[in-house]
Amino acid sequence: MSEDLAARLRERDLSAAPAVLNLIETRTPAARAETAELLRALSPAALGAEAQGHVVGVTGPPGVGKSSLLSRMVAGWRARERSVAVLTVDPSSRRSGGSLLGDRARIDYDPADKQVFIRSTAAGERLGGLAPATRAAATALAVAFDVVVIETVGVGQSETEVAEVADSVAVVIQPGSGDVLQFLKAGIMEVPDVLVVTKADLGRIAQRAMADLRAALRSLGARDTAVVAVSSIAPPTGIDELLDALDAHRDEIDLRARRLLARRAHALADFAAEHGARGVRALGGRREVERRLAGCDPGLDVPALVRALEERASRQQSRES
Amino acid sequence: MAEAPSPRLPERDRPWMMRTYAGHSDAKRSNELYRRNLAKGQTGLSIAFDLPTQTGYDPGHELARGEVGKVGVSIAHRGDMRELLHDIPLDQMNTSMTINATAAWLLSLYIVAAEDEHVAPEKLQGTTQNDILKEYLSRGTYAFPPGPSMRLIADTIAYTVTHVPKWNPINICSYHLQEAGATPVQEIAYSMSNAIAVLDAVRERVDQELMGSVFGRISFFVNAGVRFVEEHAKLRAMSEMWDWIGRNRYNVEDPKQRRFRYGVQVNSLGLTEAQPENNVYRIALEALAVTLGRSARARAIQLPAWNEALGLPRPWDQQWSLRLQQILAYETDLLEYPDIFEGSKVMEGLVHELVEGAKEEMARVAELGGAVEAVDYMKASLVESHRERWRRIESGELTVVGMNRFESTEPSPLTAAEDGGILVVDPEVERERQEAVEAWRAERDADAVRRALDELARVARDDSENIMPASIAAARAGVTTGEWAQTLRDAFGEYRAPTGVGEAAAVSSDEVGELREEVERVSEALGRRLKFLVGKPGLDGHSNGAEQIAVRARDAGMDVVYEGIRLTPAQIATSAAQEGVHVVGLSILSGSHGELIPAVLEALREAGVEVPVVVGGIIPESDAAALREAGVAAVYTPKDWDLNGMMRDIVSLVAERNSLAAA
Repeated sequence: MSEDLAARLRERDLSAAPAVLNLIETRTPAARAETAELLRALSPAALGAEAQGHVVGVTGPPGVGKSSLLSRMVAGWRARERSVAVLTVDPSSRRSGGSLLGDRARIDYDPADKQVFIRSTAAGERLGGLAPATRAAATALAVAFDVVVIETVGVGQSETEVAEVADSVAVVIQPGSGDVLQFLKAGIMEVPDVLVVTKADLGRIAQRAMADLRAALRSLGARDTAVVAVSSIAPPTGIDELLDALDAHRDEIDLRARRLLARRAHALADFAAEHGARGVRALGGRREVERRLAGCDPGLDVPALVRALEERASRQQSRES
Repeated sequence: MAEAPSPRLPERDRPWMMRTYAGHSDAKRSNELYRRNLAKGQTGLSIAFDLPTQTGYDPGHELARGEVGKVGVSIAHRGDMRELLHDIPLDQMNTSMTINATAAWLLSLYIVAAEDEHVAPEKLQGTTQNDILKEYLSRGTYAFPPGPSMRLIADTIAYTVTHVPKWNPINICSYHLQEAGATPVQEIAYSMSNAIAVLDAVRERVDQELMGSVFGRISFFVNAGVRFVEEHAKLRAMSEMWDWIGRNRYNVEDPKQRRFRYGVQVNSLGLTEAQPENNVYRIALEALAVTLGRSARARAIQLPAWNEALGLPRPWDQQWSLRLQQILAYETDLLEYPDIFEGSKVMEGLVHELVEGAKEEMARVAELGGAVEAVDYMKASLVESHRERWRRIESGELTVVGMNRFESTEPSPLTAAEDGGILVVDPEVERERQEAVEAWRAERDADAVRRALDELARVARDDSENIMPASIAAARAGVTTGEWAQTLRDAFGEYRAPTGVGEAAAVSSDEVGELREEVERVSEALGRRLKFLVGKPGLDGHSNGAEQIAVRARDAGMDVVYEGIRLTPAQIATSAAQEGVHVVGLSILSGSHGELIPAVLEALREAGVEVPVVVGGIIPESDAAALREAGVAAVYTPKDWDLNGMMRDIVSLVAERNSLAAA
């Protein structure tokens, strides 16, 4: 099955997306082996290049209008004739194990348009954390879709995690909320690739917020970071500028290097999910694992990286016993 | 020795206005019904519009499918309105129209229909419901985003206060808040906060000296549940608060303008499908809540019919409800006395409690920036209250006779009739209406229509202008309901209201304990968490049921995809496919299940989704059988009030379909 799915994704058959996600989310041993198989078949080594899709992270505090913005962004990309996959990571934490996934409701799309795919997943245990399957899903879908969006909620932790997966990260804030500014200044938050100020229809207040942000970025030595003002209410403004800024960022980065970092972070996350904090400690802690991953062959795919860590762990264990 | 003052009024009071919420199919059939009702002693009209008219779609629109003429009459243009009111004297009639998102439009049609009969706007009496915030919170027939919607409301108020001075341009509704689960305190607080948001918006659009008249034209539409003593106290509390708001917030000096005027439809939420004849008693007691005390008595009353939890009421069912009002007004001695609760310590205490509670809750709404900004908060609070009410019914803390207590019953002769005791709208109506509107379009002056729509679009985009004159001109030119609304949708954008489900608290684990284990077990076997799509196809905005199902499924440990109301079959099928759900649940209360459910099943098949589909709603047994025949795995109606039982069914359906051993 995974071979078939891999082939369909490589042929850019977008209708494979639901089955791909079903497989990646399934945690039975058989399904996990197939997922590893799938990722291997879609790795840069197998493809002969990095997956062509642009992986974009969109994140920000709750209530800033991310979903309506995303709705406009999807329309904008579609107007540019790009296919879009959206992976929403719903903040409603798993109370009782269950979750309510309502984010897709806020994204306007034509159900007849087969070039748009939206999948909701519940966040992990932490607010803003990625769902366990999101990294693998983004990796796989980037082979077939022009744009893969990962939407998460939160400030501080969440954009760091999204930055590990995405080629470009847009942090969305609304005018008048000082948190992000404070986080930036205090160094709690890393400077994002693009900063988006919503509710540009508020006029002066939005202008003021932009000015404050630019000043803060200057003082952090990040004067080249794009700051874009958008308004999602009719008539929407700033959306094209935002998409341009994301494109410009993607053109400017060393994609291979960024994807390599993403694969290492992915391998670490998978290893930690499987073997827990103890497993990571047994290998000498996060830093040590990162160092070890950096020493691996850059051509390795994620399952191979995880296997390398596991082999290392079992060697260590046998030495100790 | 001085003679004791008489406990009676010098003269018996005039009765309140008696109405029946009525209308179905087309203008002609509804007009016949109205004239029959008036002949039976009904003293005012209450027009029920179908959902396409309420949400601004013509009968041929994709979203109108299955809904044309169902829960009310389909009105698309001035010709329809004229036929609807044929032979009804508009200079004497008092007409209430349950219309919100498209209120400015239906009022325009009414004004033009009166014009045709040479009745001047100054003579028109009646009410447009026109309360959009409660549509976001409960009823679901909104069309535009909050900002432009509030502007439309302010425009109709500003226009009528000078041009149609006897019209009540808005009925602030606490009714639907109670239907959505509001406690009395929430009902008072949210409706008063809503009124304040409206008045604040109007204040910016009229001369300040008119604010007294504006305040005086605001009326309310309230609900009364079966706890009729407390419900009466609620109305007294609302009178007190309205007077207080008028005096302190808007400096209204004339006490007449500060009077709390309200119409009422008593509670439908508490009506049961089980032993439906008992609903007659409930309705009678609820009618007492709004009539007993003279100082807080309703101005206008419409009563539901005994069979509302079964389907649409027939003319005879509505007559039965009207007779109840007439007995209360003409046979009993109710109207012979001054206020019978004056001086009652109990009543005073209850009122005090409610006023204090409501003020506190209003302060919370004000802190969030007022009712418009607080829609998310209020919606979540209502879903939470409703969840709590349901929990109390399930646990038996709250008794509902015939439903969770005293359940044994003899077969009811009332539902034994061939029609099952309900009205069934002729399915041909939809096609007839589509053809009639096409014919109307072909005959009108196309240039005049285009000019009228261009002008409407211009005015819509200019916030400083009033929408009414351009709407009236459009009505005269022969514009249709769908064209008017689409022009505004283009200018204002569309909107999806919050669902409120994400914030609802979880039920305690001992109530879903075993169920949760079962969900875990099946999820484990599936390899990923059981995923459930809850969908509301069509225009029906009654989302309480779907919301409670979604919340309970989450509490039971499922991943639930819930996107709110008004989805096309294609949207539901696309979501089900993309989300990889294991089961789909559909909810419809408007009676359009016969058309919409098969359409969803077909769309799911086309999308390659092969999962069990369950359906909930007001669905007569004969229809339920047909749905099962068409491939629906299970059908639930209001008598299936045990949500956990329903969840267990759903889990075993998924287990079965995936060839997993059931527990």
